Formats: sequence, structure tokens, C-alpha cells
Amino acid sequence: MRFFSTNFFRGLIAQIAGTVMGMGLVMALRVIFGLPLSSPIEADDAHIREVIVVGGVIVGAFSFLVGAGVFGDWFKWARGEETSDEHTVDSSKPNWMRYFSVDFDHKVIGVQYGVASLLLLLFGGTFAMLFRIELAQSGITFLNSEIFKVLLGYDGPHLYNTLMSLHGIVMIAGILLGIGAMSNYLVPMLIGANDMAFPRLNAFAFWVNVPGGLILLSSLFLGGFDTGWVGYPPLSLRAPLGMQMFLFGVFLIGVSSIAGSINVIVSIITMRAKGMSLLRMPIFCWAALATALIQFTATQLIGLSFQLVMLERLLDMSFFDSLQGGDPVLYQHLFWFYSHPAVYVFILPGLGIISELLPVYVRKPLYGYKWVAFSSLGIAAVSFFVWAHHMFVSGMSPFLRIPFMYSTLLVAVPTGVKFFSWAATLWQGKIEFKTPMLFTLGAIVIFLLGGVTGPPLATIATDLHLHDTWFVVGHFHDTMFGGFIFPFAAAIYFWFPKMTGRMYNEKQGVIHFWLMFIGFMMMSNLQLVLGLLGMRRRVADFDAALGFDGMQLALTIGGFMVFFGMLLFAYNIIRSWTKGEKTEGNVWDSRSPEWQRPNPMPLHNYDQPFEVVGEPYDYGLPNSTYVNMNPAGETPAAH
Amino acid sequence: MSVVESYATKLARNRLGLWLFVISDAFVFIGLFVARMVLLGDTRPHLEQGLGLAVTILLLVSSFLMNRAEVEIAHGNRPAFLRNIFITMVLGIIFLVGVVGVEWQLAPFGPADGQAGAVFYAMTGFHAFHVFTGVIFLFIVWNNGRRGHYSAEKHWAVEACAIYWHFIDVVWMFFYVGLYLLGTPV
Repeated sequence: MRFFSTNFFRGLIAQIAGTVMGMGLVMALRVIFGLPLSSPIEADDAHIREVIVVGGVIVGAFSFLVGAGVFGDWFKWARGEETSDEHTVDSSKPNWMRYFSVDFDHKVIGVQYGVASLLLLLFGGTFAMLFRIELAQSGITFLNSEIFKVLLGYDGPHLYNTLMSLHGIVMIAGILLGIGAMSNYLVPMLIGANDMAFPRLNAFAFWVNVPGGLILLSSLFLGGFDTGWVGYPPLSLRAPLGMQMFLFGVFLIGVSSIAGSINVIVSIITMRAKGMSLLRMPIFCWAALATALIQFTATQLIGLSFQLVMLERLLDMSFFDSLQGGDPVLYQHLFWFYSHPAVYVFILPGLGIISELLPVYVRKPLYGYKWVAFSSLGIAAVSFFVWAHHMFVSGMSPFLRIPFMYSTLLVAVPTGVKFFSWAATLWQGKIEFKTPMLFTLGAIVIFLLGGVTGPPLATIATDLHLHDTWFVVGHFHDTMFGGFIFPFAAAIYFWFPKMTGRMYNEKQGVIHFWLMFIGFMMMSNLQLVLGLLGMRRRVADFDAALGFDGMQLALTIGGFMVFFGMLLFAYNIIRSWTKGEKTEGNVWDSRSPEWQRPNPMPLHNYDQPFEVVGEPYDYGLPNSTYVNMNPAGETPAAH
Repeated sequence: MSVVESYATKLARNRLGLWLFVISDAFVFIGLFVARMVLLGDTRPHLEQGLGLAVTILLLVSSFLMNRAEVEIAHGNRPAFLRNIFITMVLGIIFLVGVVGVEWQLAPFGPADGQAGAVFYAMTGFHAFHVFTGVIFLFIVWNNGRRGHYSAEKHWAVEACAIYWHFIDVVWMFFYVGLYLLGTPV
């Protein structure tokens, strides 16, 4: 079996061995320092176990990276050896093995990110379906099934809380990886480079997600955690061992986010093709740049706040526990300083995809290119000054609410710029309703819903009423589906021929769209309505006398439609990858440089550097070209 | 056909990448400093002033010597480069011993003793971890330099090491003020 010789498999073995060794190491250290290995008091015993397991898990994650060979070239540099920058492919190995190996090619890393993202989205969706079954009717029934107690050791409301928390954070991890997929796969191709600025850092940024994701998911089997994805102390200080797995897993995914974003910024600034000034750059690159600017700074704060909670649990350091002089609101400030800008990290690349695809299917120039480009930067800039709108009811000083209300409402301005641009681009266009375009249009409609439900949550008076109701859930799902899920699906369909050299199944794509769109509309509108009627979020049960049963059942059905839509999507991808119709050249008649190259994209993206000679989105204008693929006038070399 | 990139192109790219990393990493320390201001306000933990001043001076001197090392290799003077970077490394190790080995033992509180303990051990601990990685970096560069790597034209690793080391020192200047000087002792 060749699979057993892949870096991925070796990394897994190393992680298991490393975890065991790390636990042994902590135990040995405890013996040396005269600390007990167990205690007759249950709480102390659990604490000792936690210290040992966390030590093991940290060593295990590092072992994965060493075992998989992610650090290989860096170790060589440290020993003073040179390494080659050339991309080489070992032709004796089958092609699929590249995707399970530490490969420095940005196209391989992009696909690795994408597949890992879809896997995590599938996990997150499964968790949601499990608790949606429970919420379909009042009273706790499904989650009290015997099987959960046997499998996980807990059931009922605690299982609901764990599933709800994991749904949130696994989806967020999936989205972050999806963004990694889009920026890694697309940015070098769009700017005319052959790879990212730091290919090794790029590989590291992907692979650190693998132990991160595994550790995050392992929390399900280690007692779960009941804090929601926000992990507020003091609850997170008292939650079971699974909490630590959540904190450390997310920390690793954050490391990936930071490393990846530095790569994106440097690539965009230093590696653009000749003639590609910043204002002639494809619009997605602006979105990726704005995203990366948020990621590489703000992410550190969630890393810090999670580390402090880990330390407080392990060493009893009192940062956030008010019983010992700590300050729980401090955690919320540190946490939201990342986690609010983070939602713009989730949506900006998606909005970039919408602006990127619309002109192709409308055959008209993108309206107001400069405004759209700067609106991404505008959103990124404003995003750093809005975090406390999550904390209107947290007990922070009330006078802080007002500036945060205004700064939050300000976000609507650059976002509105994008909407006007999309509407004006669509105006009088010859629209071609292919699957990617359907998803683009769906994204605009859904994101609009997310946009109009935002101000009631930003305004203090209404937020005090709506805080922690399902209205917030509805608003958030609107922004995530409109800003990420739909554009991500559009991007995968659009660049599928570029990735695989084959075409997806159009009919299945259209069915996928309508299942998702109708299911999602049912789901999110009911979430909004239930929230307005007073349904609290993050509760496992509701009173039958409230009369929500019918709506909750319909909501569950909508959720399942979305879920089945995504399963169909996965089927379409897997099947078309091997059996799809082969494609040649410029499938969508796009002006973008990557479509002037063969499908799938060759190992070296561009044989010779191209030159940008015009505006990127001047579709339909006579005598306009964007790129001159052959500036030297030579006959192109055979591929 | 592939384009072989020049050393200068790569150098510019590496510099930008490293500075972005430094800015990114600075946010961790800003966050810790904010935590210190929120939790301790205008008070400060009771610490050994003499020791704090001593390690601070050590670290400042090491930063100066690191700069000398970088200048010497830029002038092609290998022995002086090696001498300076070696002393920088030794000073870094003494700093670590001073903070982790001595100050942590002398402090009248442990990490579990209230906010003062939490803040003190978190700030010095996060910083000491960076000093530790910096010392490893210094060792790698010194060791490669000893074996004849780096020249007046090509010494990016030395420059990177110097930037990282100066960054750690600048962070400590703020942390020294925050822990040893700001507010009244309790």
C-alpha cells in the first residue's frame, strides 16, 4: 500500500507516538519534581490527568509536523545546507500521492486546503444535523439515545452543547481552510507568478491544520465542552477536558492562518506580473490582500486569549476568574478583537469571488473597479474598531457602547459600495445562468439578507432585546452563506476545469444550487423569525407552550436540504474529477491570464512571464485586451 | 523554462516577510501589556529591582553587540562577526538564567497567587520563550558562520537574526517598564 509511505500517514503515526511520549514525559517530570500522579480527590485527579494529556497533545502536534517532514528544508538550512527552489515531480509515484505529501506547489496546497475544508464543513454540518433533529420538537428525546452514552460517555443537554459548540468552531475552521484554498490556489495564478513567495511556509501553513483539526475533533471524545465556540470564562475554566482540545486545536489553526496570510501579502506585493499595477490587479487579489491584513495581526489575539485560558486551567493562573481577582470581560475584549475582524476574514474573499465572476457571466465591465477594490480595504480597516458590539450586555462600561455602535454601522458603507457595484454590473447584462453564476447570484441575495439584519444588532436599543436569540443565529448564517459558502461553491465550480482538466456535471450543479438556496431560505428566515419571537439560542430544549414546534420542524427540514445539497456537491466533485468530460482551454471565455493556459494548469503556471496591457474587466468593449501572453513575440515552447 | 530569481529579489521578499512576522508577533505582546494594565492597573508586583535593572542592561548590551556582528559581516570581517554574535548569545543565556532561574525563584509569589502572579509569569514567560528561540537562532547563525557561511554580500540569515533579536529587546524595554517601574508596589 503506497498510502502508508505518504507524509500524511507518517505524520499521523508520529503524532500518535509523540502524544504517548509527551504524556510519558510530563509524568516523568512530575515524578522528578515530587508531584503526585493521581489523587484520591476526584477534582484533583481530573486536573492531573488534564496536565498529562495536554502535555502529550502538544508534543504530539509537533511530532506530526516533524514526522511528516514539514520542517525538512528548514532543518537543512539550519545545518547550513542549500535546497533547490525548483518544482520537481517524482514521476514514478502516482499523481494522487502528491496530495498526501508535503508538496511546495501552490496548486497542490490549494487543493489540499480545499479538500480539507470540505471535509471539515461536512463534519460541522453533521454536528448541526444531529442537534437539528433534537430541536425539531420540544422535549429532549433524540440526544438521550443510549448510543451516545455508550459512544461518548455523555448525552442529553451536555451533548447538545458540545455539538452546538463544535458545529460553530469546526465550521469556522472549515471556512478558514476554504479561504486558504482560494488564496493559495488563485493568487499566484492571477498575479502571474509560478508560486507563492515562501513555498515552504505555505506547506507548513497547510499541514499544521491537520494535527490542529484532529485535536479539535478529539474534544468530542474527551468529555466535550459546553461553552459555544466563544469559550467564555469562567465557564471555559470549569468545562471538561475537551475544552483544552478545543483551545489548542484552534490555536494551531490560527498559526496556519497567520503563516498563510504573510505569504499572501508578500506574494501580492512583490510578485505581480509586468504591467500589473495594483489597480490592474484582479479584484480577488484585493480581497485576499485585505483579508490577509486582518489575519496576520488580529489572529494573534485569539491565540493569546486561548493560551491564557489554557494556562489558567493548567497552572491556576488567575487571568479571567473573578473569584481570584481575574477579569472575565478582559477575555471578551481579547477574544473579540480577533473574532469580530475574523468574520470579515470569512466574507471578504467570498465577496471578491462575486466581483470576479460577475463580469465573466454578464459580459460587461465590473462597475466601479477602484471603489470595489478600496471597499475591501475599507471593511478591513473598520473591522478593527467594532469588536465590542458583541459585548453590549457583557457589563463593560455603558459609554463604550455608543462609539462601537457607530463604528459598526459604518461597516455598511463599504459593503454597500460592493452591492451597488454588483447591481450596476448586472444592469442590462447578457446573463448566462451557469452553475457558478447561479451561486454568485444566490450569494448576493443571501448576503443582502445578512446585510439588512445587521443594523438591528448593531443598534444598542434593539440589540439589548435581540442579544443571544436565534435572530443573531439567522443573521450570522446569512452572512456566512452569502459571504462564504455560496461564493466558495461558485469558485470551485468555476475553476474546477482549471484544477482537474475536466468539467463538473452541470445538471447536478443546478440541483445542488436549488436545494441549497431553497433549504437555506427556509432555514435562515425561520431562525430570524424564531429569534424575534424570543427563542433563546444555545439551549437544547424549548417549552411546547411557546408554539414553536411547527417552525422548528420546518427549520430542521431546511437544514437537511442544505446538508443533502452539500453531499450532492461532494458527489459531483468526486465523480467529475475522474469521469468528467475533458475540457480544453478557455471554458468561460475569461480575460484572466490563467484561462489562456491549458487545463489542468501546467506544473509551471507560466512558461514565460506575460505582460498586462489593459484593464482586467473590460468585457464587451471593442479592442480591449488585458494580458499579452507572449510579450517577447517568440513562438511559444511546446508544453 | 523557469525563471531563476536573483538574490536581491529574494532578499527584498524575505525582508518584507520577516517584518510582517515581527508586526504580527508584536500583537501578542501588546495583548499581554493590555492584560497587565487591566488586571494590575496602577499597581505593580513586588520584584527585585536590582536584578531587573541588571538583566535589562545585559539585554541592551547584547542588542548593541548584535548590531556590531551584523556590521562586521557586512564589511567581511568574519572573526569580529563571530566574536560579537557569540557574546550576544552568551548574554542572552545569562538573561534567561537571570529571569527564569533567579527572578522566578526570588519572586514572593507563584503563578497561582492572584493577578500579580498570573501577569508576571505570563509576561516574563512569553518573553523568555522568545529569548530562548532567539538564542537558538543565534547559535545556528554562529555555528554556520564558524563553518564559513555568509559573506559581505550574502548574509540574510545574520540580518534576520539581528532583526529578531532587536525586536525581542524592544519588547523587553516595554515589559521592564510595565513590570518594574509603572505604578506603586503592593
